[in-house]
Amino acid sequence: MSEFFAMGGRGFYVWMSYGVTALFMVVEVIAVARSKKTVLKRLARMVRAEARGNS
Amino acid sequence: MAFKNSIAWYYFSSPKNFYPLAGRLIPWFWGLSVILLVVGLYMSFFVAPTDYKQGESYRIIFIHVPAAWMSMLIYLVMAVYAIIGLAWKLRMAEMMASALAPTGAMFTFLALWTGAFWGKPTWGTYWVWDARLTSELILLFLYIGYISLQSAIDDPRRAARASALLAIVGVINLPVIYWSVKWWNTLHQGASVSPTMEPKMASVMVTAMLVMTFAFWMYTIAVVLMRVRRTVLERESQTSWVKALVGDRVENSSAGEKQ
Repeated sequence: MSEFFAMGGRGFYVWMSYGVTALFMVVEVIAVARSKKTVLKRLARMVRAEARGNS
Repeated sequence: MAFKNSIAWYYFSSPKNFYPLAGRLIPWFWGLSVILLVVGLYMSFFVAPTDYKQGESYRIIFIHVPAAWMSMLIYLVMAVYAIIGLAWKLRMAEMMASALAPTGAMFTFLALWTGAFWGKPTWGTYWVWDARLTSELILLFLYIGYISLQSAIDDPRRAARASALLAIVGVINLPVIYWSVKWWNTLHQGASVSPTMEPKMASVMVTAMLVMTFAFWMYTIAVVLMRVRRTVLERESQTSWVKALVGDRVENSSAGEKQ
């Protein structure tokens, strides 16, 4: 197992590449999902405010 | 058939119809991406043999080359959407172009990043001002320029037009990146895989690289569709269909609270 992570002495370079790539891809998905939620919340507030204004 | 197809294109070019279609497609692209990633990573680490010259650090190419290919492919698709948006004034095409840019910028950065960490053990340096590396860096600046131009202009239609022009002019950089290793005597090695030559690598390595490329591709489609759905909600927030959609959600959530 530790031999696998050592990557023949090149572990630092291999895991810096794979790690940062994985991190960016995961963070991007979370960021996009959250920003969509934020937009929906804002729109929901607007719809509620309009409903109150009409009644 | 052609008539039917053109009806379908017309139908889904409307944000109102595209939004639910994208929502249905997203889980499928996620599924494909995850399966391909698992297979691709397994091949990259456990099936592909150690390179006799470069040792284990060569395994970086299984994400480096797919990221670099995606950085160029996404730019090309973005420019095509920009042209369609300009020529036919299709809002959906404008929104697709802008939704592609952040993911394209990310893959460009990752291509440079993984290239640096491949270059250090292989060439002895993280960076050189070589034609391939420099033109890829220019691609990153083009993406950043495109994104900042768009956020600098308040009116979304004007922002889309101005940034579309930038995207289209920047296409010139793509053939420069692609053929840079041929046109200039670069430190970056020549193409490992090209449509006109037999691959210079073991076929299992080529397969692993292609599987990873398709994994990144499916990932890109999934995340871009998610992003474009957010943009649709934002830009169409004054339309009756978005209000109805949000209204339904508000009712459902308040009904849930009462129970």
